[in-house]
Amino acid sequence: MATLKARLSTAPVWLIRHQRWALIAALAFACIYPYVVRLYFVTLAEDVLIFAIFAMSLDLLLGYTGLTSFGHAAFFGAGAYLLAYLTTRFGVTNLVITVPLVLLGTAMLAMLIGFFTLRTRGIYFLMVTLAFAQMLFSIAINWSAVTGGSDGLPGVPRPSIGIGPLSFTFDSRESFYYLILVCFLLTYWLLRRIVNSPLGWAFRGIRENEARMRALGYNTFRFKLASFAIGGAFAGLAGLLQAHSARIASPENLYWTMSGQVMIMVIVGGASTLSGPVLGAATVRLLRNFISSATPRWETLMGAIFILFVLFARRGIVGVLSDARKRFEAERPATAARPAEISESPQAEAE
Amino acid sequence: MSRLKADNLRKNFGGIAALAGVTLEVEPGERRAIIGPNGAGKSTLFNLIAGELPPTGGRVYFDGRDITGLSVDERANLGVGHTFQRNNLFPGLTTFQNAWLAVQHRRGVARHAFRDARRFDAIELETGELLGSVGLAEQRDQVVGILAYGQQRALEVALALATGPKVLLLDEPTAGMSPAETADMVRLIESLPRSLTMLIVEHDMDVVFSLAGRITVLHYGEVIAEGAPADVRANPLVQEIYLGAREAQALTGES
Repeated sequence: MATLKARLSTAPVWLIRHQRWALIAALAFACIYPYVVRLYFVTLAEDVLIFAIFAMSLDLLLGYTGLTSFGHAAFFGAGAYLLAYLTTRFGVTNLVITVPLVLLGTAMLAMLIGFFTLRTRGIYFLMVTLAFAQMLFSIAINWSAVTGGSDGLPGVPRPSIGIGPLSFTFDSRESFYYLILVCFLLTYWLLRRIVNSPLGWAFRGIRENEARMRALGYNTFRFKLASFAIGGAFAGLAGLLQAHSARIASPENLYWTMSGQVMIMVIVGGASTLSGPVLGAATVRLLRNFISSATPRWETLMGAIFILFVLFARRGIVGVLSDARKRFEAERPATAARPAEISESPQAEAE
Repeated sequence: MSRLKADNLRKNFGGIAALAGVTLEVEPGERRAIIGPNGAGKSTLFNLIAGELPPTGGRVYFDGRDITGLSVDERANLGVGHTFQRNNLFPGLTTFQNAWLAVQHRRGVARHAFRDARRFDAIELETGELLGSVGLAEQRDQVVGILAYGQQRALEVALALATGPKVLLLDEPTAGMSPAETADMVRLIESLPRSLTMLIVEHDMDVVFSLAGRITVLHYGEVIAEGAPADVRANPLVQEIYLGAREAQALTGES
């Protein structure tokens, strides 16, 4: 029993200590993944990756800029509807056209909603973003001629890319999986660039103390608008992929439970980090998938997990892991000081 | 032309006039102190000039330009920098990151969205120099929330300086400080370039008399005296107000 416990407690520690190798291994695994697992798990991975993009986009607002938006589904749903409209009504499936249009469209929608909501703060901001998202939901339900009403817009085809004879359609499950993987990696990379840039630091400054940012000369409204637009655009990208994956844009994509779910992902995973929302998305979507097949009460369990994290682990899964790492390094200075690992550590710190 | 001018500034809170028409002019390079008993309207006047509060009436001019309708950030960009009476920093960030945010804005790089912030060498250098000039070089990588109080006050001044102000508004820079910390702060303020115009609201009379070239005395929202420190000190009305206030405090035991 003791050895089992010891083993269980050192396994995550190994992962933490050798983060970079774990990451490379995970990436390699992600590349061969569709060829080593059943189709069902490929679909599941697509789902997790799409929601990881969605959750990261919210974290730019929630974690980095301090904007507690409770209406992020508006952009996810708008992306899905925009894509579904382009594909089913105009037959445009080429990503070269649809992606820029969806990014632009959702960014502009975000600027519009942001223009009205970003003048409010705290609970008012939360409520008014929720109200805007619900307004879009109600439009989607009622304006059937364009949105298909409560049925949504079904029959979304697979995406394609390229021109003329050089075009390629993502027909197979594997190719579609790779498309999503590439979108996920690009989003992660771009958001990482942004949060580490001067603009990203300005966002953090607004999160920490907006009044002081204004006293320093920042037009904080414009910066918040920029954050909102970028977050909205990436949520739109997630919505585009979701519509392609589910083959339908449905009102559910716009509903407030969707905003709630993505917020839970960010908080459970760990806000103000980019890996947190990814872990949170995986946790929530996998739980939903495995538990909902056993019991319809998965939302109850999700709620319980959320409460536990808010009460006992404010910094989410990422916070728990980094605490474990610190504890490990404090407890075992002898191991940590092994010569082979000393040479490794400065680089690890630099990352 | 005066650098800063308040023209008949008024501010009502509810039905109460906190400021009942204050006019003052500050010349370029002047170091002006604003004093007065509690409730005289010093902080209100300060916040109207800094742009943190909108006035009920009157105008504020900076270099002859009417800035009454401008927001806090627009004033800061024109060159009207201010500190806060209570430390108003970025508590979760380090000293360096706090100062960095101020410097990156003034150098106009805050909109770079894809280049790593650590690659802006010139700004890193300037931020380092700024921290050195206020004596915070060693605290560079400490999270601001755990800095000593006096160090936080110094950073407060550093942030305002980093905006490159022509007028620096200091709201009780030594409030809550120990005598040693106060002495450090006075040295810091004295070390600033003579060309920098300053407006200081301050309680501590020793600080006022060692820093200010001219003093404006407020009482019940009005200017009751203005002039060189010696004249203000000798002014019977001022003496009466301060003496009266002290006697009242002694009687009621309030501070």
